[in-house]
Amino acid sequence: MAAEREPPPLGDAKPTDFEELEDGEDLFTSTVSTLESSPSSPEPASLPAEDVSTNSNGPKPAEVVLDDDREDLFAEATEEVSLDSPEREPILSSEPSPAVTPVTPTTLIAPRIESKSMSAPVIFDRSREEIEEEANGDVFDIEIGVSDPEKVGDGMNAYMAYRVTTKTSLSMFSKSEFSVKRRFSDFLGLHSKLASKYLHVGYIVPPAPEKSIVGMTKVKVGKEDSSSTEFVEKRRAALERYLQRTVKHPTLLQDPDLRQFLESSELPRAVNTQALSGAGILRMVNKAADAVNKMTIKMNESDAWFEEKQQQFENLDQQLRKLHASVEALVCHRKELSANTAAFAKSAAMLGNSEDHTALSRALSQLAEVEEKIDQLHQEQAFADFYMFSELLSDYIRLIAAVKEIEEWEAKVQQGERDFEQISKTIRKEVGRFEKERVKDFKTVIIKYLESLVQTQQQLIKYWEAFLPEAKAIA
Amino acid sequence: MEGRQAGKESKPSSVSVDLQGDSSLQVEISDAVSERDKVKFTVQTKSCLPHFTQLEFSVVRQHEEFIWLHDAYVENEEYAGLIIPPAPPRPDFEASREKLQKLGEGDSSITREEFAKMKQELEAEYLAIFKKTVAMHEVFLQRLAAHPTLRRDHNFFVFLEYGQDLSVRGKNRKELLGGYLRNIVKSADEALITRMSGLKEVDDFFEHERTFLLEYHTRIRDACLRADRVMYSHKCLADDYIPISAALNSLGVQEVNQLKMSFLKLAEFFERLRKLEGRVASDEDLKLSDMLRYYMRDSQAAKDLLYRRLRALADYENANKALDKARTRNREVRTAESHQQRCCQRFERLSDSAKQELMDFKSRRVISFRKNLIELAELELKHAKGGGTQDTWV
Repeated sequence: MAAEREPPPLGDAKPTDFEELEDGEDLFTSTVSTLESSPSSPEPASLPAEDVSTNSNGPKPAEVVLDDDREDLFAEATEEVSLDSPEREPILSSEPSPAVTPVTPTTLIAPRIESKSMSAPVIFDRSREEIEEEANGDVFDIEIGVSDPEKVGDGMNAYMAYRVTTKTSLSMFSKSEFSVKRRFSDFLGLHSKLASKYLHVGYIVPPAPEKSIVGMTKVKVGKEDSSSTEFVEKRRAALERYLQRTVKHPTLLQDPDLRQFLESSELPRAVNTQALSGAGILRMVNKAADAVNKMTIKMNESDAWFEEKQQQFENLDQQLRKLHASVEALVCHRKELSANTAAFAKSAAMLGNSEDHTALSRALSQLAEVEEKIDQLHQEQAFADFYMFSELLSDYIRLIAAVKEIEEWEAKVQQGERDFEQISKTIRKEVGRFEKERVKDFKTVIIKYLESLVQTQQQLIKYWEAFLPEAKAIA
Repeated sequence: MEGRQAGKESKPSSVSVDLQGDSSLQVEISDAVSERDKVKFTVQTKSCLPHFTQLEFSVVRQHEEFIWLHDAYVENEEYAGLIIPPAPPRPDFEASREKLQKLGEGDSSITREEFAKMKQELEAEYLAIFKKTVAMHEVFLQRLAAHPTLRRDHNFFVFLEYGQDLSVRGKNRKELLGGYLRNIVKSADEALITRMSGLKEVDDFFEHERTFLLEYHTRIRDACLRADRVMYSHKCLADDYIPISAALNSLGVQEVNQLKMSFLKLAEFFERLRKLEGRVASDEDLKLSDMLRYYMRDSQAAKDLLYRRLRALADYENANKALDKARTRNREVRTAESHQQRCCQRFERLSDSAKQELMDFKSRRVISFRKNLIELAELELKHAKGGGTQDTWV
């Protein structure tokens, strides 16, 4: 057995990994029912650990120990869950290298995923520490931009292609600056892959921007109006924020799927991204296994930390939603104010024209100009309101949903204490990281937003100061 | 009451000798009380004029009595050549009252703080409307008191001094309808007269004024409506800050890390912003909207004057034609002659006073706009600067 477990030399592994990735993808896109196909999958997607293992020899000894555990757990699992036991043995035997097995496509049933992932946390932990060390040594420097939305094609088959530009000094990338063209479904595909690999292990995978049928149809149909340009801009900004959040995550950054997304000029078209996201599939799987799991859930002695965190996130979610709704109202009213100010400016100008007292006439025209400029200000402020504040809030609402998923997941985990600990350690670290990020994010945005408000006020001062002498000049 | 009336009639109108100039008759609304559906204004007069029995006195009047006074002026032929100050609008607290009621009915999703703030806002709004209606009624009286001819009106004295209720009921539906019909007839008439062949405007001044006033009135009405909308948007914005501030506050309270201070400070900032926006809205309302609204009404009054003069001109023209006809038939020439003369005199009288009135209107308008625009700019500056000091906390 041990011999089988030895990891193949890296060089060989790589090409095969990609193939496996493809197969993994196929599995991913097929429905849950085709479990029979899973045994034929030679190798699930590989871990970034592989990259790191070149630097260290840590993983190996650990694997051996784990395998034993895994066997035991498999035994347990087989007793408790009848669903996939027949398939389990073949997998076990055909498994050549545990070092690269931690993550499996999510179409495999929950229990099996759990069992496979048991080895993952340890390796993850280790590799992540290593990555972090490396990262601290290396300047953790990567900048992502999403730009130049371009409409490709015509009619209902049209889509928007975005340019994804990466600037980095990280060694894992072959170049320091490069860009590729991606479409929205590519982003969704990336997210589902990442989610399927990392969500159930306790990582907070940033959620992708939402699909919008109405918005996209307008664009496809070729409606060139302000609402569709607004939609495209909104989406572009959301995609950029999504990628930026994803690469900020040290573990996700190491993922080859992410790298492929950023680097390779041709990306296999992600199908079936319409209906399901990684999280969606997880949910489906959960539901299926729910009935079974209920019988076997072993809730460990109530982990106070988790309870508290869950409550905290629940509260946070509620508050953010409330705030988000209020900010949306603000954006709407500011836009109205802008429109009304513009209308008033026009009528003030007309009034100035009618006025036959010259000085008053001039003053009124000046007033009209001031109001027009103020209208512009309001528009810009609305823009800031929206992009800075409102979008950040909705991003976080969705992020928290992702966090809640993990915690839900964690609650359903039915394993021995050891592995529970592994996952919970991961989750704790993730939550800690999430909190740090959140604090940073919010603080940055709050400062930027305040600056925009202050700037608006200063502009207002300028305009009215210029107008005052005109008013005084009316004689 | 009758004794006093008789007394007034017997006195010679030597009032034109004003020892103190304009301050010989000072009128103000010293107090106002809002009861369920009416407002009671306390009109206080200080005057050394011989018409009055006391130097200082006050009476309580309601909105309908102001309208009665206004209509009395309009219907008086003596004042046909003058711009009658526009009547104050009816006090309307409906919208405000409704909002307060809705708030009272409760919305469980808002916190106590939010509720208190919203209540405060609505109460301030109610108060503002109240103050405005008092101001409008006061301005009406003060313009009357300042006008050399209008201030001498008998009805005006009665209004100011008669201690009891004037027994003027509000117009019933028939009268209101009658009023509308009269307006329609008036516009139709105006249209007819101007197209009448042979009716030539003899005076360039009036020709210009007519064109000007027509256009001006339309545009100022437009501007007033739109200014109202801007002010309304500002108010909405200010109201929006309430839930935002509250949500930020609760977020801040929950947080245990560095974000706590950020959220709480941001909440405070939004609260200040709210007050600021609220003040901007109310200032715009007073200095811009209200001014535009007033001059919209005043320009309508000026238009009415022009119409009356035009009517007099038409009558004069008609009298001329009648005289010619009488002369050719040599029948009732005398009557026709005197009628024509009367019309001529009336027309000339109206033209003279109208000219003066319109010039006064212009200078009044310019002064008022100047004052209000300067005050508006100064207030806007004050508010913008007040908001700008927030960057210190960052």
